[in-house]
Formats: sequence, C-alpha cells, structure tokens
Amino acid sequence: MTSDPALSGLSGSILHDEIVPARAPWLHHVRAGEVLRIVDVEGNQAVDFLIYSAADDAERYSAQDTVAAQGNLFLRTGTVLLSNEGNPLMTIVDSAVEYHDTIGGACSCESNTLRYGHHTKHQHACVDNFLEANLTQGRGKRDIVSNINFFMNVPVMDDGTLGIVDGISAPGLTVDLRAEMDVIVVVSNCPQINNPCNGFNPTPVRMIVAAPASYDS
Amino acid sequence: MSAQLADPKAAREHARAQGGTRVETMPVLPPVADDLPEGVADEDLVWEETVAPGGYTSRRLARGTRLRLIDKVGDACASLNIFNAAMRTERLNVADTVKVQWNAYLAGGKLLLSDMGRVLATIIEDNAETHDTFCGVSNAAGNLWKYGEGRNSGAFPNGRDRLILGAAKHGLTRRDVHPCVNLFKGTRIEPDGSITPVIGPFAPGREVLLRAEMDVIVVIANCPHVLDPRPDYASTPLRLTAWRGAVTPEQDTLRNATPEGQRAFLNTEDYYRR
Repeated sequence: MTSDPALSGLSGSILHDEIVPARAPWLHHVRAGEVLRIVDVEGNQAVDFLIYSAADDAERYSAQDTVAAQGNLFLRTGTVLLSNEGNPLMTIVDSAVEYHDTIGGACSCESNTLRYGHHTKHQHACVDNFLEANLTQGRGKRDIVSNINFFMNVPVMDDGTLGIVDGISAPGLTVDLRAEMDVIVVVSNCPQINNPCNGFNPTPVRMIVAAPASYDS
Repeated sequence: MSAQLADPKAAREHARAQGGTRVETMPVLPPVADDLPEGVADEDLVWEETVAPGGYTSRRLARGTRLRLIDKVGDACASLNIFNAAMRTERLNVADTVKVQWNAYLAGGKLLLSDMGRVLATIIEDNAETHDTFCGVSNAAGNLWKYGEGRNSGAFPNGRDRLILGAAKHGLTRRDVHPCVNLFKGTRIEPDGSITPVIGPFAPGREVLLRAEMDVIVVIANCPHVLDPRPDYASTPLRLTAWRGAVTPEQDTLRNATPEGQRAFLNTEDYYRR
C-alpha cells in the first residue's frame, strides 16, 4: 500500500509514473485493460489528448463519433471514447471532475492569430506539441483531429455561443481511462496563456499507468 | 447473357444506346441551370450535379467560386469535408470553426476555417439554419446496426465511407477524412450538454450558398444524419450548382464582420500574396 493519494483506487500495479512538465508533449503506449490516470497536480490545467489504435493508427479518436453515440457533448465517467470507425478506444472509468471538453479543439499558433492577434503567433501551442510527438512515430499534420481537453470547461449557450471559461478542476483531481484496445496516447500539456483554460499559468500534470487489476491479484 | 450481346460490336451498340439517358441524380455536362441568381452569367456556371440519396461527390473549386447546395425534397444531409487543393494537409477544422467564432451554430455569415488559421469558405447565404458541427457522419458498424447494412456496396451506405471514397478520388486516404460539418440536418445543445437532433423532414428547396475563399477540394456525402431517429434510411437528392465569382474584396461585409474573421481573411490573403 502507499500513502500517495494520487495512487488511491488504482488496484493494478503501477507500470509507469511520470510528471509531464508544463507546456510539454507526452506520448505513451497503453495496452488493452491498463488504466491511465491523469492527475491535475496544481489544478485548472487543460490536458489536450489524442488516441490512436496501436494496430492501425489511421483509426483514431473521433470527438464527433463519441458525442453522437452518447447524445451529449460532455465527457463524463462512463463515456466511451470512440474511434473514427466507431470502435471503443478507451473508457472514462472514473473522474473527479464533473465533465471534460471535446469540442474546443487544440490551440495552435495559427488559430491564436485569429483568437488573440498576430502578436501571439510565436507562442508555444498544443498543435506544435501534437506534431512534435506524432512526428517521432511517422504521423503528421493530417493525423491531428479534434481532441479531448481533460479538465477544460466549454459550455454552449442557448444561442450557440460557446467559449472556454474558468475550469471546474482543482489541485489533485484525477481522471481514469481504461484502454479498450492497445492504444497510443498523445498529449499536449496545454501551454495556452491567453484564456482561462490553464488559469493563465500552465502547470505540470502527472501520468500514471496501472496494470489491469487482475494482473496482480 | 442475351445472344445479341455475344459479340463486341453488338455490346458496343448496346452500351452506346444508353448514352443521353437523363435521371434526376446525375452530373450535367456541360453544366446547365435555369435558376442562376440574377447577375450570374450562364457561361460562368462550372458545376451542376444532383447527388443521389446515400451518394457522394467531390470536386476542386477555385477561389471565389460560389457553391449552392439545395435540399431538393427535404431530407438531404450534406456532410462536408474541405481541403486546401494546393496543400491538402490543410483542411476544415470544425473545432477552430466554432471556437474562433464563439458560436456552434452555422448560419449565413459564418466562416468555415482551416487548421492553419485561414478561411476555406464563407456561408454567404442560408435559409435553412439547421446545421450541425458536432455529430459527424455515420459509419459502417452504425448503419449495420440501424439499417441492417452499411457498406458502400449495399443499399444503405454510411457517411464515413462515402467521404473516404470522395477524398480518395483526389488521392487522399482514411487519414485525411476529418471531422465534418453537416448542412441541412441540425443539432441543438441543451444546458446539460445533451444533443437534440433537428432532422426534419423539412420543406423542399432550402438553400445554402458558400463562397470558396481558397482553392479547395470539397467532398460531400449525402447520407442520413447519424442521429436521424427514423428506422428507415431517409435520404433525398442534394443538388449542387457552382459558378465563378470574384475573390472576396477587402471591403466585403462578411470579411469584416468580426475581428477574428477579419484576421482569418488577412491570413488567407497573405497566403496568396505573391
């Protein structure tokens, strides 16, 4: 047993435990049955998240398939994260935050010029993280699709108005994802500093991978 | 096999006799349209095609081209992918489209943005206003479950496989088919995030008019919306008409409607600056 509260509730042995620095990319293979826990260490940190099938990386996370299948925009405990071919990639098996976003996409140098002005073009952005990580495995720009933003809050109003607003996360809150097939997870620990998604202060997150519970019984 | 088609010359006659057949769902070459808007010359018409229920099409359109989509009967659903024709890794980004414009509901005046901060197309007219940026297209497994069949080769093709075929005609692959927008079939979002489909059927003849702001490849599938609640495969013809038009001038009202859009046009104009 451990006294580390960030590990509580994970029944399988810990296979990987890593702090992803603020603003950095992260890529990891997660096998079917393993559980990936993301810890919002300091709170209010958006974690931009893509998933690829390890067997065929043209099959990847689809925000549209996922929200259409559950009839709801928000990702909550129980949400099955579907691929562009309708197959389960991962399931949100637990979440200390009420819901997560998958409509807001990832920040990029280019979209920052529209959202905030050309003076932000030089700033680091999630798409650059996604590219850097994916390029190490031969994937490129066309492999980047609408992503998940864990710990990010994007409500939609009656008239369709939407926007990234203050987060509903807090220090130490977690989300647990069980892989439903062998997957490649690509993360951008969001470096955005022009909106509230990171509380205007990007911080580290912690990635913990636990073996399936039955492995260490 | 009938005896009279046993030799190639008879087969040739038989094949040639079919030429000139007219059906509702087909491309018309050269294009003819008797309902072009006032001020559009017949010689500027570049595309006239009616997409079959469950069908698809794709085409390269030059910057400035207007593309009119008509839901002829009331159950068309135009699922749309757009690529920069000169650099096809640049493509429609639905998340940026809704995020940058601070709104999820497409309508006249809205821009369809690329993942490079540029405008691929502007919705310059729209009398439908039931569109969807969230749900994407059906897939083979879903159509199999819902209609008993979902393959391209069957009676109830799915949207994803249609977009893949349309993209493949331009050398693109499964990796290139990206999140789409659906025109004519809509969604509304409730306060708890739940999605209410707005499926119709609608009145015949609703129209959307797009202006290509870059040289683009459009890929369009016309399959039932993925959240269409009806048990039958409800899909009706989608008419497409395109004509040449001027590149958007600096003083254009829609170009300047919002600061975000204005900067998207600045980026687009910068891309074409020589």
